[in-house]
Amino acid sequence: MTTLAKGRGTFDRGIHPPDRKHFAADAPIEVLPTPKEVRIPLLQHLGAPCQATVKPRTEVALGDVIGDTDAFVSAPVHASVSGAAGRLSVATLPNGRHVAVVPVKAAEEQPLAGQALFDDIFGGEWPTDGLDEYEPQQIVEAVRRAGLVGLGGAAFPTHVKLTPNESKPIDTLLINGCECEPYLTADYALMLEAPAPIITGALLAQRATGAQDVVICLEDNKPKAARALRKAAQGTAIRVSTLKTKYPQGGEKQLTVAVLGKEVPTGGLPLDIGAVVLNVGTAAALARAVVRGKPLTHRIVTVSGAGIREPKNLLVPIGAAYQDLADACGGLTPDAARAVAGGPGMGFALGSLEVPVTKGTSGLTILAHEEVRKAEETTCVRCGRCVDVCPLNLVPTKIALAARAGNLDVARQYHIAACMECGCCAYVCPAGIPLVQLIRLGKVMLQKAGGS
Amino acid sequence: MAQDEAPKQPEAPVPDAIPAAPAIAVAPAPHLSDVSFTTRRMMLDVLIALAPAVAMAIFIFRWYAVVQVGLCVLTCLAAEALFTWMRRRPLSLGDGSAVVTGVILGLSLPWSAPWYVAVIGSAAAIGLGKMVFGGLGCNIFNPAMVGRAFVMLSFAKALGASAYVFAQSGLDVVTQATPLTVAKKLAGEIAAGTAVAGDLQLQLESARALWPLFVGQVNGSLGETSALALLVGGIYLCLRRSASWEIPAGALGAAFVLAGLANWAGLTPFTALHHLVGGSLLFGAFFIATDPVTSPVTPRGKFFFGLGVGCFVVLIRLFSGYPEGVMFAVLLMNAVTPLLNRWTIPRPVGGPVPERT
Repeated sequence: MTTLAKGRGTFDRGIHPPDRKHFAADAPIEVLPTPKEVRIPLLQHLGAPCQATVKPRTEVALGDVIGDTDAFVSAPVHASVSGAAGRLSVATLPNGRHVAVVPVKAAEEQPLAGQALFDDIFGGEWPTDGLDEYEPQQIVEAVRRAGLVGLGGAAFPTHVKLTPNESKPIDTLLINGCECEPYLTADYALMLEAPAPIITGALLAQRATGAQDVVICLEDNKPKAARALRKAAQGTAIRVSTLKTKYPQGGEKQLTVAVLGKEVPTGGLPLDIGAVVLNVGTAAALARAVVRGKPLTHRIVTVSGAGIREPKNLLVPIGAAYQDLADACGGLTPDAARAVAGGPGMGFALGSLEVPVTKGTSGLTILAHEEVRKAEETTCVRCGRCVDVCPLNLVPTKIALAARAGNLDVARQYHIAACMECGCCAYVCPAGIPLVQLIRLGKVMLQKAGGS
Repeated sequence: MAQDEAPKQPEAPVPDAIPAAPAIAVAPAPHLSDVSFTTRRMMLDVLIALAPAVAMAIFIFRWYAVVQVGLCVLTCLAAEALFTWMRRRPLSLGDGSAVVTGVILGLSLPWSAPWYVAVIGSAAAIGLGKMVFGGLGCNIFNPAMVGRAFVMLSFAKALGASAYVFAQSGLDVVTQATPLTVAKKLAGEIAAGTAVAGDLQLQLESARALWPLFVGQVNGSLGETSALALLVGGIYLCLRRSASWEIPAGALGAAFVLAGLANWAGLTPFTALHHLVGGSLLFGAFFIATDPVTSPVTPRGKFFFGLGVGCFVVLIRLFSGYPEGVMFAVLLMNAVTPLLNRWTIPRPVGGPVPERT
């Protein structure tokens, strides 16, 4: 039964790019053949980096802790294959950061591979009763031990999100299955093939946060997934809510407006309006962490686009190289023009495929020449289309052109710090102005000038 | 966060599956764009929307319409080419904005304006109205209206009310004064308390007939006469989102209300509806005021801009020496646009950015 909470089922403005899910939507989840080596970044989450806890040339087993820290806003990292740890080296992540990585050379024999690995992670029984026997504190600790971070892309340490704050009680838990980025179908495939752990994880998160309501939200271009979730949620009080398909419905600010009818305060968190938002993948991993005591070592990544020969949804070990994913999908086509880590709306373009997959990686989108944005730029004619689509009700042209001119006062006047860089403005601009890039530039200049 | 250069990698063996290495480039997000809507497409939409008005102009004013509009378009293109060459910039005629300026300026002239009015007006429109500010996107005032106002003031006789009338013409419509001229004369007579001249009353009766006003069988500048053609084009433009509907909505709304009040107060013999379909209000509201460069960028700002244009049009019609005031109304509101932009900064979702202590 579809129920919409106090929201209208959508938010104002936004864009409707073609969703291009057809490339990989029908691809069942395939397990990536174990790569020869994985390189596990010690910083792949928001917060403090981990310190390596294994020495080089030590044998590690799948699931062993190989990096940890005492900082509160952080999460440990685990070996995603069994094998020999190597010496620390450095990798450049898609967002430009240089991070330390622990390489692990995969052993010939892996304890779990192929279908067995999939079944171990997602298969089996997932209880929906008797979860009250877990204490909230127990859940939070298990989540931290498992190295769980937000799999929707922000990679915020989940145990911090679930730690109760007495001055800010939680009314609603929103489980985010919207996946609004074009091409990506990782969350969709998970909802279709393994809805049970999502439900268990949602119930456990509810237990930890004390939320009254739990709503699983997804866009209405995923009717099969909605049905699968409703079936799995039978007997529980979890509601499944379908929202109008629009980019960026999956953003948490847009989600709370669409479902709850409430706005997250600028600079604040959903916590401030009594909500917690968790990605469906995070919920599934949460169930595994609490009920089975297993850490986060693998995640589903969509490899899609017209520039890849065989689009697929792959279950990959953290730290595998993007090149391994591309190889498993038949490789790039000759007219591939851009490789994006994530989706084409907010993802980072890759200069090399020898970059490790992190916990926040949801996709590898290889765009062909005809799909990619053209770079010609002409003058702004102040048509106002960017204003008409900005989901946060900003005036992108003013902010961007002020940033280009170095005029930080005007940029501040037009609320530059509120921008979430979703890309709606640049998508519609008839003059092809790189609005998001200019706004980012403005934010950097503001930071250097000491304040926002 | 600045994008780093791609890290240098040692030569990796190319797998057999890929015959030729594709050329992968790096650029900032978003990596997609809506290619169906470009600036040139917007200009093309304006020209398409003006087609009914141009067709009606040619139908009613025959050869005169062709000459005026053609001369204006050619001069605008030539002027833009010349000034661009003087600034040593690449030619930008392909973006269509000079053609649009030419058509709008041409349609705003009377059928009888001499050739030098069209040429000087176009040169002023492009040169003073646009190029002096830096080209497309940089001007403050609507270029076509700058050109129109320039020739209005320089060649007052050629563009005054009497220029529209030619009693011995084979064209029926041009034997009568324009409806707004008649209304102004009559309003003046009523205000002065003098008796209404017989044939002025007759002219008023014929001017009052709404249907000819609507379809366009009346005298006026080339493009303003057919309200029907302008509405069809204007609505097309708004539906295509090449013009913002908030501007005509505000302009027509304000004009309707103000003209209605004026009619009720006896200040004008025309009703609000006459004021809407007579004169160049529709032409101005849909095609002139909606120029994106010179109007506000926020929805509320656009609406207030429209309201201002509508108010000024009616005020100029009632209280100034001119029977029609669209060009000045638009130019006045163009001057107020930066203020409107600042006054209508929208509230971000979630509130403004909190002050850091």
